[in-house]
Amino acid sequence: MPEGALEIDRISKRYGDVVALDEMSLTVRSGEMLGFVGSNGAGKTTTMRIALGVLAADSGQVRYDDAPVDRMTRSRIGYMPEERGLYPKMKVLEQLRYLGELHGMERAAADRAANWWTERLELSERRGDQLQKLSLGNQQRVQLAAALIHDPAVLILDEPFSGLDPVAVEVMSTVLREMRDRGVPVVFSSHQLELVQRLCDRVGIVRRGRMIADGTVEELRSSGPVRLNVHAPEAPADWAEGLPGVNVESSENGHTTLRLDDTADDQRVLRAALETGPVHEFSRTRPSLTDLFRDAVTEEPDE
Amino acid sequence: MKRTLHTVWLVARRELQTRVRTRAFVLGTLLMALLVLAFPVVMLFAGASNAPEDDLSASDSTTRLGITPSANGLAESLERKAGVDRPAISIRKVADTEMGKNLVHEGELDGVVAGTPTAPELFVEQHVFPHLERALTTITYNNQLDAEMSDAGLDPQAVRDRAGQGEVAIISMGQSQDAADGPMAGISDAEKAQRLIIAMISTFLLYMFLIMTGQMIAQGVVEEKSSRVVEVLLATIRSTELMAGKIVGIGITGLIQFAVIGVLGFAAATATAVLTLPTFTVAGLLGWAVLWFLLGFTLYATMLAAASSLVSRQEDLQSVITPVIMMLIVPFFVGVSVLPNNPDGTAGTVLSMVPGFSPMLMPMRVALGGVPLWQGALSVVLSLVASAAVLWLGGRIYSNAVLRTGARVRLKDALRAS
Repeated sequence: MPEGALEIDRISKRYGDVVALDEMSLTVRSGEMLGFVGSNGAGKTTTMRIALGVLAADSGQVRYDDAPVDRMTRSRIGYMPEERGLYPKMKVLEQLRYLGELHGMERAAADRAANWWTERLELSERRGDQLQKLSLGNQQRVQLAAALIHDPAVLILDEPFSGLDPVAVEVMSTVLREMRDRGVPVVFSSHQLELVQRLCDRVGIVRRGRMIADGTVEELRSSGPVRLNVHAPEAPADWAEGLPGVNVESSENGHTTLRLDDTADDQRVLRAALETGPVHEFSRTRPSLTDLFRDAVTEEPDE
Repeated sequence: MKRTLHTVWLVARRELQTRVRTRAFVLGTLLMALLVLAFPVVMLFAGASNAPEDDLSASDSTTRLGITPSANGLAESLERKAGVDRPAISIRKVADTEMGKNLVHEGELDGVVAGTPTAPELFVEQHVFPHLERALTTITYNNQLDAEMSDAGLDPQAVRDRAGQGEVAIISMGQSQDAADGPMAGISDAEKAQRLIIAMISTFLLYMFLIMTGQMIAQGVVEEKSSRVVEVLLATIRSTELMAGKIVGIGITGLIQFAVIGVLGFAAATATAVLTLPTFTVAGLLGWAVLWFLLGFTLYATMLAAASSLVSRQEDLQSVITPVIMMLIVPFFVGVSVLPNNPDGTAGTVLSMVPGFSPMLMPMRVALGGVPLWQGALSVVLSLVASAAVLWLGGRIYSNAVLRTGARVRLKDALRAS
């Protein structure tokens, strides 16, 4: 495994009879950003909490740099929990300095880092204010600063973009890209799939405690089912029925959307279309991440 | 290990700083200090108003006495006595017995002495003056004795000088005497009364501080849970470090307040002479109180931290901490109701060594005096053992429950593995 990678290796976790994680595995390499998607309750938060050592796994292992994650490594991870939380009555700078010290920094270094990050995240004016006096957006920035204060070697962020205004989304994206470019493995979960598609090098789709798809956005999109859009105005509604490997998704006024599986031959579909008369459009569309995600979480609903 | 201690200290320091800096803490300490300072002064005035009834209590009020010409021979002796005894006596000559009685009626005088130096009569208005009676009896006795000696041809002064040369050798037999006569033997009534007051006050202070710091612990734990900051913290430090740091930090906060108020109170009581016990004894009692504050605090704080970690909202807090608070209230009331009457009874002796009861009962017994060393040591050891068990169990409950937000976590689930 390349240097500086975070590996989650077949971890399982049960709560009584409920299986939360079933041999979940994922790898984030140095300088890579991984988007972690899945419906609510799929096991994203549990996976992240186990990687952090906040929860213990029943089996499996979390490794960083080829060594099992221990206490020292953990203090080098930057974490943003889904449930945001800091001390509401503590002042911004004091709070960040305190968290820096808890991560093992010297007081002076923690102080410098707290000043640097408040500057960077445009919070300089609010350093002496209690957290609860800040707007929600600014509180989120402090939360990000709290995850970055100790110059983490790994970043694990649970829904970092939820509840952010567009400006804060840009700030957050920029900071995460910078961290990745400095070689830090970044993993974050999100429901905002367009954002994941735009930012992430790789995407992991999780369902019922298992990783069901994992790869670059390109890989995932090309491995998914192919869709054809055909515009043949004179074609009857059922022109494509019966073609091998072809599923008609919609058909309206000569506009037909077809879904092709591996056994289908698109050239044969084209010939069939031409037989009905003129064909004004014949295009292949690749699924967006949203489509892939919808497919992944709806397929085989009762497994 | 070093890292752990450092982390615990960081958490403790934050607790200390955020609490000591609050207005509530500063004002609360000031208010309690004022109360403690005012207490001896109030006691002083309370003592003064009761003085004529009881010559044991200090009083500056003067007994005004009239004296008739026939009894004038007593004046000098009475005035001499007045310099020694308290309350002081002021003497005023009156023309005759009738005039003196009138002045007593009018309240100008407290009493009038008539008759002769060997057979005086004291006229008073209902009021009894034990010190005056004693003084007159002694003077009359001496006068009578002098008169008899003169009649027998002896020089009273010479006889008295010779009589004064006899000496009594007093040899202390050490502690064996105490053991034979019970632990309270050799302690005067006045000291007993003072020890009782100290015992009551220090037990009450202890109780108050344990309740107060316990509330701080409970609220602090839930605050971290309800604000969800606990997950950020636990991503870098262990839950046991967080719990320990919280307990240490709030313990120091309480101890500072406790020490300030304890020292101020004893200093004020000593300065106003309400308290006349030797400084050494007082310092010892304070030391015991501080020790028991620490022992009791460790025990209760751990239980409260564990109990509080079961809930996520301040509103649910009361239901889980009430059972723990009851474990503090019951010993306190047992302490103040049973012990002062019978500090060395079987029930008091046994309970004062039972963990949970000992933080309230043992310091009170120690203040009352006469606790054998082995009993004090045993109760400390038992309390430490209980604290260790509670720390282990409480740490487990805390670790398992502190991340589960939402509904109240059942104790059974919290005790099971995470």
